[in-house]
Amino acid sequence: MAHPLRGKAACVGLALAGMGEAPGRNAMELMAEAVHGALADAGIPLAEVDGLFAATAFHSMAAMSLGEYLGIRPAFSDGSNIGGSSFMAHALMAAMALDAGLCNVAVIAYGSNQRTAGGFKSISEPMPFEADFGPRNPLTAYALATGRYMHEFGATRADLAEVAVAARGWANLNPQAFARGPMTVDDVLAARMISDPLGKLDCCLVTDGAAAIVMTRADRAADGPRPPVYLLGAAFAHHHRMISAMPSLTTTAAADSGPRAFAMAGYGPAEMQTLQLYDAFTINTVLFLEDLGYCAKGEGAAFVRDGRIAPGGALAVNTNGGGLSCVHPGMYGLFVTTEAIRQIRASLGADEGPRDPGGWVEGTRLSLAHGNGGVLSSQATTIWGAAETL
Amino acid sequence: MTDAAPEPGPEARWRAYLAEGRFMIQRAAGSGRAVFYPRVGEPGTGDTALAWVEASGLGTVYATTVTRQRPEKGGDYNIALVELDEGPRLMTRIEGIAPDQVTIGLRVRARIAEVAGRPNVVFDPAEG
Repeated sequence: MAHPLRGKAACVGLALAGMGEAPGRNAMELMAEAVHGALADAGIPLAEVDGLFAATAFHSMAAMSLGEYLGIRPAFSDGSNIGGSSFMAHALMAAMALDAGLCNVAVIAYGSNQRTAGGFKSISEPMPFEADFGPRNPLTAYALATGRYMHEFGATRADLAEVAVAARGWANLNPQAFARGPMTVDDVLAARMISDPLGKLDCCLVTDGAAAIVMTRADRAADGPRPPVYLLGAAFAHHHRMISAMPSLTTTAAADSGPRAFAMAGYGPAEMQTLQLYDAFTINTVLFLEDLGYCAKGEGAAFVRDGRIAPGGALAVNTNGGGLSCVHPGMYGLFVTTEAIRQIRASLGADEGPRDPGGWVEGTRLSLAHGNGGVLSSQATTIWGAAETL
Repeated sequence: MTDAAPEPGPEARWRAYLAEGRFMIQRAAGSGRAVFYPRVGEPGTGDTALAWVEASGLGTVYATTVTRQRPEKGGDYNIALVELDEGPRLMTRIEGIAPDQVTIGLRVRARIAEVAGRPNVVFDPAEG
């Protein structure tokens, strides 16, 4: 029997704002710009929004701040912060709240001007039994995990560099991507070392950017101007907060969230036409391909060789260019989500703007959007589908 | 009212031991499992019968990185996760060896040293 939440809510509008660099605009302005854009895309007036979901590194109570800024009075809101994966969790919360009749139009939003405001922005507290040793989180934690992965499975920096090169390949098809231009494995290996074994090009961008999506119940979704994209499955999991407490540095909680999301959706890994995986660092993509069931543990590095996840490869992964080459304004999860949805909308004939040939993956009806938060801490998987996948 | 516990909480107790020159960890009475960092109950079971025991001080490097930093800011430094022989892992620094010479699998021995202005547990390569 299908899960009671499967396909009960859909994304009916979305927008991006301030992608890359947005000088002169603050985080709230960018976030609100995205909300207004998403509502216009959905053809729904602001006054109808009664469900609000937001988390940022600029606002301790983001849903309240955004509600005030927009001038609305939500009947249901959630500002839960599980890092960059917050927005996948928000989508699940929104589907629950819509299905329960607690709200009728839900908006999920994020905004950041970290790049033009001076650099990586975090509101994370110092980790209590780690901070004295000077970790530069999240960087240090991902470096530790990368080194451990290479040790356990014999992977090389060149293997991981393939992830960055593939992401750049996709970015080069996407005029909205911030970092474009040629990149080779040798470029990645030659880049300045930041925290061994992670060099500069193994690390995500530090950009500005905002995104918003609008969700309604499925019965209303078909009436809008855009093809609705249904939330078929969603799940999240977390096993630790500090990297020193992660049970194994080479297996993430995506091994729990992925199977739960697939089970809710009634589809398996092989049926996804695009995969959007939160790539804060090159190791992320490898770990998530393994933990979500695309290859066995330890085989991810071999899996991404020879352009397999690059444009023209067997698997379309991080088709916007990812956090490594498209956009990464601190918490990247909502951009993972919008890319999954946009690939489906574009394949259904919606005008999603220009990309070079291959940048929109033809025939996409199912997309996976996987979020990551903290230091590989929180994992949240969502599966989105066109009407015909219901 | 004031909830005056008979003794300080686990973190304060652990730091007080460090100040006395002792590296202590907890052990759960029921499972016999070692617990670090210090807690009020055993992770997963909630067993609050946690006894303080002297750590063996021996462990193995589980993961390591060199944080690259300009010389004028203090230069490169090591950060490692050490798996104690008792089981739990902790974040620390390996001393007595160049930061980039620390390797996974290296056997190490604990030493209490001042880090960030207070006593902490660092490790040196174990001899032999």
